[in-house]
Amino acid sequence: MDFPLFHLDWLNNRFLIAVIAILHVLINHGLAVGFIPYITWLEYKGVKNSPSNQITDFEWDNFIYKKMKVAFIITTTIGAMTGVGIWFSAALISPSSIASLIRVFFWAWFIEWIVFVTEVVLILIYFLTWKNANKSLHSKMRHIRFGWFLAVFSWITMALIVAILGFMMDPGNWNNDHSLINGVFNPIYLPQLLFRTPTAMLVGGVYGMTLAFFFARKNKELLKRSVKLSSKWILVWAPLSLFAAFNYWNVLPEAMVENMSTAVGTMDFQEYYDILKIVIIVAISSVLILAMFGVFTPSKIKMWMVVIPCFFVFGFLGMFERVREFIRKPYVIGGYMYSNLLRVEDYPLYKKDGVLKHATYASTTEITEENKIEAGRDVFMLTCSRCHTAKGVNSITYVFERMYGFGKPLDVASVAGYIPNMHMGRTYMPPFPGNEKELDALAHFIKSLQTSGESVEGAQTKGVKINPVNSVEQFKK
Amino acid sequence: MLFKVSTPIPKDIPLELPLPEWLLVTLLIVSFLAHIIFINLMLGGSIITLWAQIKGLKNKEYDTFAHEVAKTITVNKSMAVVLGVAPLLCINTLYTIYFYSANALTGFAWILIIPLVTVAFLLTYLHKYTWDALAESRRVHIGIIATAVGIFLFIPLIFLTNVNLLMFPEKWGTVSGFLDALVLPNVFPRYFEFLGACITITGVFLVGYHKRLRYRVEKLYTELTRNDLMKLGYNIAFIGLGLQILFGVVVVLTLPSKGYGFDVLISVISAGVMLVISAIYTWKSMVAAPENRIYYGKIVTFVLFYLVIYGGSRQMYRHNALSPHQKLVAAKTKEFQKQSEDARLHPVIETVEADTTLGEFAVGAGLFKKNCSSCHQEKEKLVGPPMTEMVSIYKENRDGLKAWIKAPGKKRPDYPQMPSFGSLSEGDLDELSKYILSINSK
Repeated sequence: MDFPLFHLDWLNNRFLIAVIAILHVLINHGLAVGFIPYITWLEYKGVKNSPSNQITDFEWDNFIYKKMKVAFIITTTIGAMTGVGIWFSAALISPSSIASLIRVFFWAWFIEWIVFVTEVVLILIYFLTWKNANKSLHSKMRHIRFGWFLAVFSWITMALIVAILGFMMDPGNWNNDHSLINGVFNPIYLPQLLFRTPTAMLVGGVYGMTLAFFFARKNKELLKRSVKLSSKWILVWAPLSLFAAFNYWNVLPEAMVENMSTAVGTMDFQEYYDILKIVIIVAISSVLILAMFGVFTPSKIKMWMVVIPCFFVFGFLGMFERVREFIRKPYVIGGYMYSNLLRVEDYPLYKKDGVLKHATYASTTEITEENKIEAGRDVFMLTCSRCHTAKGVNSITYVFERMYGFGKPLDVASVAGYIPNMHMGRTYMPPFPGNEKELDALAHFIKSLQTSGESVEGAQTKGVKINPVNSVEQFKK
Repeated sequence: MLFKVSTPIPKDIPLELPLPEWLLVTLLIVSFLAHIIFINLMLGGSIITLWAQIKGLKNKEYDTFAHEVAKTITVNKSMAVVLGVAPLLCINTLYTIYFYSANALTGFAWILIIPLVTVAFLLTYLHKYTWDALAESRRVHIGIIATAVGIFLFIPLIFLTNVNLLMFPEKWGTVSGFLDALVLPNVFPRYFEFLGACITITGVFLVGYHKRLRYRVEKLYTELTRNDLMKLGYNIAFIGLGLQILFGVVVVLTLPSKGYGFDVLISVISAGVMLVISAIYTWKSMVAAPENRIYYGKIVTFVLFYLVIYGGSRQMYRHNALSPHQKLVAAKTKEFQKQSEDARLHPVIETVEADTTLGEFAVGAGLFKKNCSSCHQEKEKLVGPPMTEMVSIYKENRDGLKAWIKAPGKKRPDYPQMPSFGSLSEGDLDELSKYILSINSK
């Protein structure tokens, strides 16, 4: 309503956020939160298992250092930048929601920043002083201590951000009392954190085992020891991850479970949901089986046996985030703001006046026969474009043709009859906010898309048209 | 139609600022200062590395120097990114609608920052860790850092374009894409002044870096002495200061009058004075004998003063430029909230249109129209089966129909799954099922 709208009409806006966010999660969970304690533990093992006249087993230590080098390079480049990228992309695609969240969570984010800075300083110290610390046992032990500090701070960054994610799904009491504490201690927070923690450890172990095959290819003994220790690590965390996953599903508020089962139950989501369940079970159990073999017959493990579960785990984490995003619908901030970025409390006003009148950027507010298509395009941009495209992924014509038949011309009256009621049956859809005339214009626009094949451009290429009724010139009168 | 450029008045987020504005502004300036110093070091350091490495093709000593500077880039870049989060958060909070509007209007360039910077960072690591491996193919190795420098030089333009565009809502309606916004007045002068600052800060840093007695110059270099290296640092700083003073004047002259005020002018002039003083001390250090280089502390202090005052003047300008518009936005937001509240108290009553000619089936027919008609028709298949079919199945089983509506299953492979209507009350279901089953008999 109040922002120029960035729009990707082919890829779909959500795709941009999803790619950046999932990449970030795979790196953050797997190469920071779960990986640092794993590495520190292995570094400690090197000291413990070396002869008493040596500081550490240097061959082993160098091997662990190489694993850490990969994590260091990736986390401080792709990891850090995708973290910033989530902000950047959310600001483009979902400005009203991120702006609202920032107002509520300013101090949480500020504290998060302090923890971030500490984490970066610690990782720089931990990695860059590794070789120098090998001069004495005392400095080696201090180095290992830095590893544990780093592990704790990596975990805290995740713990804080999960509060914000949990809040977006179910703000708990926040809707009655807009305070930070209420937002942080929302009902989904702890279960989600309990799930993410062992899962991150699990992924860290799987990554670590995979890396062993790159750095110990020529040294069978080293590889064997590494596989065995990684397997032990995984065996500890995998069952916890599985239990926490079940717990997490159980505590999702009833409304959300209902919503989820509807959303997932409708259309072709049933299939998708079954895949998700299978992926979770297959991923964790394949990792478990791998770890059991790894403990007892480590030398039999081949690289492909590790890489395959590793991809399952990728799928698992990706699916988990996808479902997390999906089940909070129709809201972007539960009960407060719909995923079309309109606040629930403003709906009565939009119903009365229409959305165009209150939009900062729109080409027209008076809908006539001549400008119907243009007005419909504006309505589409304001109310549909955050999730739907005109001709790309999840396009608005596709969703209607899927119901009314592919290749058949859409019937304007059916489309206009469906939209105001869609949220009744499709509970993941927000209610249509506009008035009758806007509905009619939107329906005509959707039908016109079938023949025109037009793609709708966003503000980043087309710029914006300022709605005359919401300009300084008009307001000053 | 007359072409008229108008200025939009968006509504603000109707939630209070989480902290007093003065504190937010302070946090913004302080955290931005910390961020920009590391950005200066990262960009300046990579430019110096590139220069030194090219020089190092002929003189091995400079290759060593380049290697030493290169090692600092990857550390400084990590600090630069993480320190950038706080000013980003602050500007997001303080100038929400302005910042996000500028971001969206330059959207592609804005989001390109992420992959571009990632690539540049990876290149700096590649450059650092292939120093020995690519010893024989120096030109390839230089190509790596040159590419990173190229990217690093482009990124600030995107940021500057954004923070510039956010101050001019009157331009938002005229901009289509990043390039339009890039050529708005004042972006380039500010950019070149910034590049000067990168060189300055890096030069000052290099003096300090080589000043440390702990740093064993003689172990690394054969010809270059500590004195030479410090002098090199002063030279670099002096070049940077010269660029800053030159382009600083251009910035002052080309700044649109919109946000000007005596407060801005006085701060900008004071900032300029700081630069000139720093330049004088730097010059004195350059020409002085090593034992007479006593101004380092003064140079650092004046450069820091300059950064604080210049940062402050930017904030003053932004404040002056935007405050009239911000007042209009606040008024508009308030007006909207009032309208919204009125509408909540007196909503448009949505009545289910009841066709009274239908008598006892009127309510059910209304419910059907609202909830079912977009998928079901009387005699023909639309999305789901026609009503006549429902009647043939549930004629004797009204409870079965009600149960189905509440929690539908999936029977037909060629039909999409029907959504559940759990929101309908028992009474609604009664009326609805009564109406549906009345169809055949009519």
